Order: sequence, then structure tokens, then C-alpha cells
Amino acid sequence: MEGIKDRVAIIGMGCIKFGENWEQTIDDMIIDAVYEAYDDAGVGPDDIQAAWWGSVWAGETAQIAASPLKLGYIPFTHVENACATGSEALRGACYAVASGVVDIALAVGAEKLKDTGFMGLPQVRPIATWSYRVPSDTPPAEFAMMATGYFAKHGLSVEEGKKLLAQIAVKNHHNGSLNTKAHFQREITLEMVMNAAIVAYPLGLFDCCGVSDGAAAAIVTRADMATKFRPDPIYIKAATICQGPHEGFLSQNYDFAHVEETKRAGLAAYKEAGIGNPREEISCAEVHDCFTITELTIYEDMQFSRPGQAGDDIQAGTFGLDGILPINTDGGLKCFGHPVGASGLRMMYEIYKQLQGKADKRQVKNPRLGLTHNQGGAPGTATVSVVIAGNELD
Amino acid sequence: MVGITSYGAYVPLYRLNRVEIGRAWDIPAAPGERAVANYDEDSLTMAVEAARDCVRGIDTESIDGLFLASTTSPYKDKQAAATIAMVLGMNRESLTMDFSGSLRCGTNALRAAVDAVRSGSASSILVIASEMRLGHPAGANEISFGDGAAAVLIGSKAVIAEVEGSHSIYEELQGFWRSDRDLFVRSAEDRFIVDVGYNKVVPAAVTGALKKFNLTPKDFSTCVLYVPSQRQVGALVKRLGFDPKTQSKDTLFSSVGDAGSAMPMMSLVQALEEAAAGNRIMLVAYGNGCDVFSLKITNDIEEVKVKDKMGISRCLESKKMLSNYNRYLRWRELVTVQPPARPPIEYRLPGPQALWKENEKELRLRGTKCKKCGTPQYPPQRVCVNCRAKDNFEYCSFLDKKAKVFSFCHDHLMATIDPPVTVAVLDFEGGGRMLTDMTDRDPAECKVGMSVEPTFRKLYYVGGIYNYWWKCRPAR
Repeated sequence: MEGIKDRVAIIGMGCIKFGENWEQTIDDMIIDAVYEAYDDAGVGPDDIQAAWWGSVWAGETAQIAASPLKLGYIPFTHVENACATGSEALRGACYAVASGVVDIALAVGAEKLKDTGFMGLPQVRPIATWSYRVPSDTPPAEFAMMATGYFAKHGLSVEEGKKLLAQIAVKNHHNGSLNTKAHFQREITLEMVMNAAIVAYPLGLFDCCGVSDGAAAAIVTRADMATKFRPDPIYIKAATICQGPHEGFLSQNYDFAHVEETKRAGLAAYKEAGIGNPREEISCAEVHDCFTITELTIYEDMQFSRPGQAGDDIQAGTFGLDGILPINTDGGLKCFGHPVGASGLRMMYEIYKQLQGKADKRQVKNPRLGLTHNQGGAPGTATVSVVIAGNELD
Repeated sequence: MVGITSYGAYVPLYRLNRVEIGRAWDIPAAPGERAVANYDEDSLTMAVEAARDCVRGIDTESIDGLFLASTTSPYKDKQAAATIAMVLGMNRESLTMDFSGSLRCGTNALRAAVDAVRSGSASSILVIASEMRLGHPAGANEISFGDGAAAVLIGSKAVIAEVEGSHSIYEELQGFWRSDRDLFVRSAEDRFIVDVGYNKVVPAAVTGALKKFNLTPKDFSTCVLYVPSQRQVGALVKRLGFDPKTQSKDTLFSSVGDAGSAMPMMSLVQALEEAAAGNRIMLVAYGNGCDVFSLKITNDIEEVKVKDKMGISRCLESKKMLSNYNRYLRWRELVTVQPPARPPIEYRLPGPQALWKENEKELRLRGTKCKKCGTPQYPPQRVCVNCRAKDNFEYCSFLDKKAKVFSFCHDHLMATIDPPVTVAVLDFEGGGRMLTDMTDRDPAECKVGMSVEPTFRKLYYVGGIYNYWWKCRPAR
């Protein structure tokens, strides 16, 4: 088992402004993201040999992306892994290049969520796997139960717990305010978070990420070819995804205070990348802050904080732009927005720019390794992708 | 000897002070309170609760009949008794029947069950009566009605109340009725119902019964009489020659409300809870005629009394007051509230094929227990979540298991009749975990570690289909 480390490089990326893109169709968004990536890599549609399309709700087959892009009758694969779909598209492209079957591959993800006419994510009915006898809940509820579980496990009152979470929202809003492509670009205060309307108790409005339209794309090639395209390619050090066996909903062993799939995906990625001390070695990370509690538990599950000590790190500002490990420098899902199929690629877009030193006001100092953590599903039954990238070959 | 071998009852947790109805409409309201089934309850779910109370500790495989009486069954054309028999895990060869059509359908079912057991065509029949009727808003019926259910098990072994005799008469009379186009119960003019209905029909039936039984009112320790009026019950008991002070119990009109066809059986259960060996009870139920029964209490009544039952008495003690009348309107969907900005419920329209496939596990709350490592799991798993043993399990039921809340939340985003939806992760005593909704709860009182128990509820109604499943509620 050789792993993917240093075999694949990203040579171009594109990401449109996320938000309520009333005037754009999904075709517009796909084209804008992919052509930004073409320009960035200095390639065109004729150079793409295979492509991966990530979207949960846009529709069936990769026609959705192939049609606007007019690629030349090449393999185009539609992937879906809930909110981890964007990372899954990137992983597909990377694996294809690493296998040697193709030299240049495209990954693109997009979602048009604001045309549904209602709040939150769409709800659809799968045919074979759907049980009609299921609890009536929405994604905020599924994650709110992890907040209740974490508070209970660590003896925090709801007030104390919510104060910790609020600081994550304030941090991500600050980062988002520095990012012209973010859905929300407004600073918020701790009081605003604490006094916000409840969406799913104990989580309030500012504990929840935005529902957005958006698209992002990446072009990958063989590591040994990468510098032919640009002087500063970004090398994939690990690209893994972990599917849980639904254990948290079936077994009393699960504590609803962490995400086992995050822990395991982290371990696998660190092993693949040869990372022993993530807190020291990772320069910056984009993590799946669909809700503030998710980001808090990621700190511990990804070994950025010691078990039970995420709160201390939050108070110390460890994960702020000036901290020792800046997290969600682009505003995260909270502020950049969450067009589901695009999010994993959006995360990598920020890491890519950071590692190239092109992150403007959000630039972290001397970055070497960046990480994306992209989660689908809910605490207890999740799908977690972790991708690690670096600006140097080992 | 044929008679009642066990009993059970169900009164929903919520009560509405009738003053609230009067206040809402600026009309005088009768004193007392009425029971209000939660938005996720109906006659079928309440029948399940009463039946569970009745058969607690009894092997349901040993029961070979289930009769459900209700004028408010969720379906006009689909048997509710079969659903309940499936929920209770009854023998497939049981006789299931729905009784309906009048205030008397509860005692109609009772008489049919007694006759069936007496004839030898069945050995043991569970008879349930359950009602959730609607009166017109701002009308007298809305104020007087209440929701509830009761169940009795009829058999010939270990009888606690022998049915010594039964007598019935019919009367064609438009007293209380609801046509196939009506949502609300209609009633004729009061004086007409009293004079021609109660005062002619009931005495005729009781006189005929006493003659047939060769008994007099003095031979009875209690007369349980139902006509849909608290005042007229008192007057009739007296007129029939019973002493209202010693031979009549407190009626449930002021605590539950008029539960229609369920009322005679609920009152009978209340009487059984207080009865002693040797007592004789007369049961009289009015509705397009009148059914009369004579029941004699046996020594075995003490065996049933010691069982852990809710009965009427504990149900009455366990209650929460509805804060206002608007909640009632909302729960019954009698007002159109602003719909949430969420996907329409149609996306959850269940296919009959999918529902049927889930019957065993979902209606019976049945899981698996791994034979290799012993881990209980819900819903059933062919590959064990703990040790991955394949197809090496036995089925187990979580239906009567207590549980503790491991985590929970209140979802304000989910579209529901009465937000927020409280979702909870339950850990069952003895193992097993379940994710489900919590009902009958005060959001402010929900805590990690609180004790809850499974309760059968309606998840939602869409496309002509009522979808039922198990929620949890704080232990009552």
C-alpha cells in the first residue's frame, strides 16, 4: 500500500463568490469556477482527460456539469457523499491521476440551494433505503444533540457551553469579513450569538452555517509534471475518506461528544502524510463547521486540542488568524457558505491559496502543510474526508 | 364462567380547563376540565395505550381476538383492529373486528366478545373502546367532550368480573350523529334527547334487563350508567331505583369529559379498580338504544389490582394543563397556521409496500440481540454492530422497556403541527439505543438522564395515509 503522498499535485483552482446568487444558474456557477481553474493552471478544456462532478441535489449523472462545460466526450463521473461530496470529487480525480490512467483531471462541485424557496437543506425521499418511521428532525437537530452530549460529558452548563461555541462563530465571522468571496462578510459579537433565535436547542442562528449557492473546481496532475504548469503547485499528502457503520445510533458506546469518523479519518490521513504531531505540523486547516459544535469537536478529534481541552484552546485563541493553528481562515462554512457539493473543493481552494501565499489579509505565516476536513452525515453516522496538502515535496 | 380477566385505560396527559374554551369564545363553560389528546394521538394510538395497560404481563399470543370500538377510527375503510393486533404481537389467527356507528359501539363490542367466548368460538378477546371526537368550535359539545380509551380482556379463565347477563334494545333516533360528510358531531335539541332518548330508552332497557336477570337495583353495589350528560346520569340513576349516594360513582365528565363510546368502558374500569369480591356492577350504555350488563366480581380481582397498571386512577393523577385553547385548535388542525418555510410533507408520503415491509420491526418496536456478543440493537441488524456476527441473532422487543435520555435537542426548523420537535437518543435498560421523537414533554423539563418510556404515536398524515411509530414520553 503506497498511499497517495506526493504523487498528485493541484495546478489550478477556481471558486466563485458563494451566497444567494439569484442571478446565476448552476451552469453559470460551474462555468465560472472551472474557467477560473483553467486560467489558474494555464490549461483549457482540451487538456482535461477525465473529470469528477460533485453535487447532491443538482440532478442525475455528470451531464449536469458536462453539458455546460462541453468537455470532449471524456469520462465524467458523478459522485455523492452528502456534505463531503466536494472532497469526494477531488479524491476521485487524484486517485485517477495517481493510478496513471490519466495525467490531467478535473474535479468540480456545485449546488444551487437558494432556489428551493425554503430554509435549510432540501429533503428528498430515497427509494430503497428510506424508512418512513424515523424521527422528525433536520440537520441542525442532529448536531444539536452533539452539543447536548458534549456539554453533559464535560459538565458544562448550557450557558457555559454556548459561550464556548459562540467564540467559534465570532472567529469565523471575523475571518469571513476579510474575504470578498464569502457569503457573509460581517463581524458579529458574542452577545449577538448568545441572544440569537434558537434553531435547534441548544444551537442558535449563529451556531449554524449558511445555506448558499456556489461552485468550486480543481485541476490535478502528476506531481512530476506539476512544475511544467506553474512554479508553485500544491502537492497532495493524503486524501482519505471514512464511512462510519451507523454505530452511534445503534450502540450505547457512542458518546455524542465527538465524531468517530473524524477521529479515524484524521488518523488515516496523518499516517498517509507521515504526520506525528498535527497541532505542531499543520499550518492551517479548513474544517467542516456546519455548526459551531462540529468545529469544537473537530479540534479534539483531529488532535488539534487534547481530549476535553478544546475549550481551553478556544479561550486562548489558538485557532484564530494569529493563533498557532489558524482554522477556517476563509470564514468556514459558517461565513463562506455551504453549497453542499462545492464545499470540500472550496476548503481546498483556501488551503491552496494559503500555501501559495495568496490569501490576502487572511494569509498565515510561512505555511507548509494545510488540511481540509469535510463531513457528510450526522454525529453517530457520518462520512468524513480529510485531505492534506503541502507546498513542497518531501 | 365468562367475564373480564383484565382491564386497562388511557387518558391523554393533557387537560384543558373548560374556562379556557369559555374565555376564548366569550361563552359560559361548564365547570371542570376535559382531556385533550396530543396532536400526535388519535383513537388508534390511544387504543394501543389502553390495550398495553390491559395486557401488561399477559402473553398476547394467548389472546385470539381483538375488537376495537370507535366512531373516530382514523380510516373509514381500513381496519384499525388489525393494526393494533400487529402492534401487540397477537396470534395471526386472531379474530379482529372494528365496531362503530354509535355511542353504544363500545358495549356492542363487549357483548359480542362475551357471546363469542361463551359460544366457544374464541377463548380470549381483547375489547378496546377509544374516542377522540370533535365538537363544533364554540359549541357545547366541544366543551363537554373529552378524549380517552379503555380496554377489557374477556375470557373464561381467572375471571375477575363474571358477565352474568346482558340485555339490549335498539332505538332509531337522531340524537347524536355524524354523517359521512361531517367533521363535527351534531346533536338534536336537548329536551328531545332527554325526554325521548334517555328517559324512555334507558328505563325500558334496564327494566327489561332486571326482569331477565331476575335481580333488583338493591342487588347491585354499583350502577355504572352512561348517557352523554352528567346531569342526566344522576337523574336516571335515581329514577331507576338506585341510591345515587351509595350505588353511583363519580362520573368522568368533569375530569376527562364525555368520551362517547369509550366512556362506559372507562367508567367500568374505574369501578373495577375500586370493586371488591362479591360486588355486583350494573353497566348501562346508551346510544341508538341501550346495552345493559350485570357483572359479578370474583376473588381473582385482587390478583389484577396488584399489577402495575395505569388504570383510570393513575391516568387522572398524571396530567399537564394546556396553557390555552389555541393549542387545542392547533393540535386538531382546526385553524390554518402559517406554514413553515420548509419542504412540503408530501416528500414523506409512505408507500404501502414500504410500510408493510416495516410492520414487524417498526410497529412492534422489535430489534435484534446478537447471540455471539449479546448486544441488543434497534432496528434489527443482520450484521452485529458490535462483533459483526452475521445472521446470528434473536429478535427482542423494546416495547415494554424503560429508557434513559442520552442526548436530546429541540428542533425549531422541522415542519410539525406543534413545534419544536424534541428529538432524543434513548438508551434502553439492558442495552439498545434508539433515536426518536419525544412527546408529551415540557421542553424546559427535558434533561440528559431523564426516564422515558415508548409510546405509540402518529408521526404524520399525508396523501391519505396515517403513519404510526413509537416515540418516547417522560415516564408517567
